Amino acid sequence: MSLLSDPRWGEALSHLPDYLGNHVRVSLAALAIGLAVSLPLAILTRNRPVPRAVLLALASIVQTVPGLALLALFYPLLLLAASVTLAWFGVSFSAFGFLPAMLALALYSMLPVLRNGITGLNGIDPALIEAAKGVGMTPRQSLVMVELPLALPVMMAGIRTAAVWVIGTATLSTPIGQTSLGNYIFAGLQTQNWVFVLFGCAASALLALAVDQLLGLIESGLRHRSRLRTALGGVGIAALVAATLVPTMARSSSGYVVGAKTFAEQYVLSALMRDRLQAAGLSATARSGLGSSVIFEALKAGDIDLYVDYSGTLWANQLHRTDIKPRAELLAELKTALARDNITLLGELGFENAYALVIPKKRAEALGIRSIADLAAHASTLSIAGDYEFFSRPEWAALQKAYGLQFRAQRQMQPDFMYAAVASGEVDVIAGYTSDGLIAKYDLVTLDDPKHAIPPYDAILLLAPKRAGDERLKSALQPLLGKIDIATMREANLRASGNDANSSPDAVAKWLWGKVGQR
Amino acid sequence: MPSKPAISYQKVTRSFGSLKAVDHVSLDVAEGEFLAIVGGSGSGKTTLLRLANRLIEADAGTITVEGENVQDVDPVALRRRIGYVFQSGGLFPHLSVADNIGITPRLLGEPANAIAMRVDELLELVQLDRTAHRDRLPEALSGGQRQRVGVARALAARPRIVLMDEPFGALDPLTRDALGDDYHSLHRKLGLTTVMITHDMTEAILLADRIAVMRGGRLLAQGTPAELSNSSEAYVLELLRTPRRQVERLNALLPASGAA
Repeated sequence: MSLLSDPRWGEALSHLPDYLGNHVRVSLAALAIGLAVSLPLAILTRNRPVPRAVLLALASIVQTVPGLALLALFYPLLLLAASVTLAWFGVSFSAFGFLPAMLALALYSMLPVLRNGITGLNGIDPALIEAAKGVGMTPRQSLVMVELPLALPVMMAGIRTAAVWVIGTATLSTPIGQTSLGNYIFAGLQTQNWVFVLFGCAASALLALAVDQLLGLIESGLRHRSRLRTALGGVGIAALVAATLVPTMARSSSGYVVGAKTFAEQYVLSALMRDRLQAAGLSATARSGLGSSVIFEALKAGDIDLYVDYSGTLWANQLHRTDIKPRAELLAELKTALARDNITLLGELGFENAYALVIPKKRAEALGIRSIADLAAHASTLSIAGDYEFFSRPEWAALQKAYGLQFRAQRQMQPDFMYAAVASGEVDVIAGYTSDGLIAKYDLVTLDDPKHAIPPYDAILLLAPKRAGDERLKSALQPLLGKIDIATMREANLRASGNDANSSPDAVAKWLWGKVGQR
Repeated sequence: MPSKPAISYQKVTRSFGSLKAVDHVSLDVAEGEFLAIVGGSGSGKTTLLRLANRLIEADAGTITVEGENVQDVDPVALRRRIGYVFQSGGLFPHLSVADNIGITPRLLGEPANAIAMRVDELLELVQLDRTAHRDRLPEALSGGQRQRVGVARALAARPRIVLMDEPFGALDPLTRDALGDDYHSLHRKLGLTTVMITHDMTEAILLADRIAVMRGGRLLAQGTPAELSNSSEAYVLELLRTPRRQVERLNALLPASGAA
């Protein structure tokens, strides 16, 4: 099948109005706020060198924070703010999605606007400011009639830079729940759907380019005092914004929101649940690519209605427990703890997605290794790779302690690449996931954990507090509970890791339902 | 000399740090008079000029304009009723010739059609072609044209007093001569009081009724050119001799039957 006739282009295109509209909306709002704050600050500090220097330093520091981290930071910050306003004034707001994304992006947009604003205002010939005074202008008239118009081209260049930065960085707002063109990129990277990745990158680059060119037109119009060019640029921007916003404005976003974290299994399960709800006549959408720390809070706050998490993850991250209990006991205790937050643990899906140490089957046989205890004897000559969080998680500490593991080297890797790396011998052992389809594909084995250092990771279905008594929802989801065994999930995950039209989360979810629905 | 001076400085002092830019200066400018302030760079002549419309504030002494102490007048209102011509024009580059000229009437809230008529009147007065120059930006004008616009702008709100800060200094000699003469006739025709800064004694002698000589912040001498030639100050005499000495040198260098 040729690349161009790939049906995934069509699927990508069908998401475009939604993703693009939301991307433009959050970028626009962020820029508006950024400008509304930065321009007055630039004006206020134009004759005050000390506050000006402090301000520029602060803006520069913000700029050094990586975009992803800045966006992620705003979520807990706003959660805290929301709980404070709830306690003090009895009102709360959603710390999820639009608000944190907009605020973080607004902060991000400030440096170029501030710097160019200040440069523009300070670069004006002092003789002209003197002349403004001399012809009888008040300081305010001098600012409005002389200084701002003269600084405008330089300011506009800063606004242009800010717009491009914001549009580019907005792709990173997907993990905190803001739909954007980043949804293509995150989903594509996780499910190895390069069509989506390409589409997302191209769409955001084109958007940034278009806005940059239109703002450039306005800038050149201002610089050369051409009303025509300024007007053309303005109309172009307005048309672009209208064209992207109108389709999303018209759409109502009511109904159930199914959350998904940022990996393939979650994309597939959220698509499956969405399909089940729709089949039961409920309106539902999937909100995927949410950060693992964001998604639980989003459920608690009711920003999403349901999602699948894993018992061991909540045990460690939400209950802050480091002890390890047998599977059933841990689940029961978790259920009680979640109920205190009014979160319903509806049930287990039937499989575990636990961390496991994974090595090629041949290698295990050659070394005579079957369990982690066997591995410990060889560890000092071996290297290990894990995902970005594994080595800072309690499981790793527990493993090291229980078995006295000391590896020669440890590396962090993008989860999708770990399996190929261990299969090719680039690393010796990886900390993989038990439900991953690549384990079978690369002929790898998971090592036993005789000392039970790694807690159980049952996939469990959670419902938001506001859905606690929603029987229609519960009965729509009932057919999934206990029906998805590890072999089926592995196969589904393997399918999702393919790079063709049948590997899209939607297609795999349908396949999975075909298997599960008959049980 | 009429009883009430247009501008009066009484023992005025202004320092910048330890530098006394204007040091105990007392000077009257009579109504209808054309006064030139002459002096080298850093002599305090620009500071003295700007004290009159409060672009710079005095540390000590009293300044009155048309009988009023400038400290009792709102500085913005004061500046709107005194014309000011800046060195090399000081035109706003983003405004057309017409908008530059009409700026002070606009600040005073005059109606747009009245301003438009006034602009046309002023363009004629400073001898600029209305259709050719009205809507141009300053960057499209020659240096002489820009300074004509600067003069028109200073006159737009019908001031009785005009302050000029080396208005013709940066122009080529021919333009400068013509502009000086043209302004001088405007000064007479409109009955203005003009204070002009120049570092060129020849220009001062040719245009001004009286000359004030500044040096190191002090007013060394004031009077008509004839009065100044009786001064006891060597610097003043030296200044006065300069134009004549230049003429002698020119005569020696050029054939007597030259075109001029």
